[in-house]
Amino acid sequence: MIEVICSGFGGQGVLVAGMILADAGMEDNKQVSWYPSYGFEMRGGAANCDVKISDEEIPSPFCLEPDIVYTLNETAIDTYESRLKPGGVLLVNSSLVPDERTYRDDIQVIKVPATTIADELGNPKGTNIVMLGALACASDLYDEAAMRHAVEHYFGKKGKVNPKNAQCFDRGADEARKQL
Amino acid sequence: MAKVLITGNEALAESCLRAGCRFFSGYPITPQSAILEYLSWRMDELGGNCVQTESELAGINMLLGAASAGARALTTTSGPGFSLKQEGISYLCASDVPAVIADIMRIGAGLGDIFAGQGDYWQITRGGGHGDYRTIVLAPASVQETADLAYMSFDLAEKYRHPVIIATDGAIGEMIESVELPEMKEHDIDTYDWAIRPRKDGEKQRVIWNRFWDLGNDEYPIYLVNKYNEIEANEQRWESVQTEDAEIVLVAYGISSRVAKSAVIRARKEGMKLGLIRPITLWPYPKKAFEALGPQVKAFLDIEMNILGQMTDDIILADGNKHPVEFYGEYWHLIDENKIVAKAKEMLAKY
Repeated sequence: MIEVICSGFGGQGVLVAGMILADAGMEDNKQVSWYPSYGFEMRGGAANCDVKISDEEIPSPFCLEPDIVYTLNETAIDTYESRLKPGGVLLVNSSLVPDERTYRDDIQVIKVPATTIADELGNPKGTNIVMLGALACASDLYDEAAMRHAVEHYFGKKGKVNPKNAQCFDRGADEARKQL
Repeated sequence: MAKVLITGNEALAESCLRAGCRFFSGYPITPQSAILEYLSWRMDELGGNCVQTESELAGINMLLGAASAGARALTTTSGPGFSLKQEGISYLCASDVPAVIADIMRIGAGLGDIFAGQGDYWQITRGGGHGDYRTIVLAPASVQETADLAYMSFDLAEKYRHPVIIATDGAIGEMIESVELPEMKEHDIDTYDWAIRPRKDGEKQRVIWNRFWDLGNDEYPIYLVNKYNEIEANEQRWESVQTEDAEIVLVAYGISSRVAKSAVIRARKEGMKLGLIRPITLWPYPKKAFEALGPQVKAFLDIEMNILGQMTDDIILADGNKHPVEFYGEYWHLIDENKIVAKAKEMLAKY
């Protein structure tokens, strides 16, 4: 069972990032569940989703001890860092989080300036894809090439192929690789 | 067939269409609105009618009309809207008209709030409107099960000429899982000789009205008791998880049962013998699941997203009042796996 929490501001694409992880799991013949934050959420408010991927039936769809916490803003770290499994991966969007912030010492923290990279590549909506690249590279639960394909597959199904997504993904993976 | 990633609400809507439902009438209310939204375009593709009504009352009464004509008809709502539909559901039952009604439950009485809840248990299992009736109630715990039960719900309704309620909640409705959808079926509106239709020359007029006018007030009570007994004997559905040696048996349905299942796994790693009975039909209540339990059972823990423990009475009745029944509920929040384990630990020490 792989458990991932994706969290950030509404509009940053954290729900889509979670959906891509779920879609990749489904295409790999796994059981998957995706549970979104639910309430008075809006653009700019908090958004998050719990994703589980498993060979077997998924009992609770809620992530108590995630393997990966994928964050795109600082509030998300405040909320979810404590839940991460020891040895788990915390993805931090360093474009929006101060350098001096300290973290748990029993987890792997990967800092990626995802918003900045997406802007540089002329794909400002691609922050979430930059971070997916970092996730695929940093976590040994994921294969980078398979996840790169999964991103293309997800948008391909929707008829929204954007070649800049692949660039975003690769830059995110490169940033993570420097820190491993 | 390839799997798809869809929400529980979409699965419910699509599966009803695939079961041959070509009539929907309903009014938007969170967390049910996504069903109406989905059907508003998808029904057009299939040539059916999706009516966004002016109120919940119009929704249930248009459904009464369509179902009386033999169509497979659906209406969906949440909490406050479900209350408004009770008169119509009472009429469906009184007239033996099969139809499907979904309640995507939220929390609270009155307006309550839009968060996932299980606050309508008493209402969905006891009737809820006036007169002698209950409805068959299906409570799926996953998106796949939502699809499967929705697909089967019309067959069940028509088998007994009785409305079926699908009771999910905001969590199951909004979450996405991989689903294998059932095959598309068409339903012939002229399948049943009880359904009304324009009278042809020499044909007897068909009428949908209170069934005791047909049967007489001596026969009707016997007919009704037999009908309910038959449903109760044949239609109990449930899932038992590791109950063979369980000392504390959790009882939960819908999204709460998913968390309870995780709690069983977690507790067993600590050596605690927990099991789970997951009712799939809330009425008829799965008494047979309780009859099958062994003598090692010490107590039951009812787990629901409401305040008063609405299902507790049914557990006591199904168990024949032989064991203590405790309750852990949440309001506003989802069920917490760790709290279940902590509560079960206390109960193991106590009983």
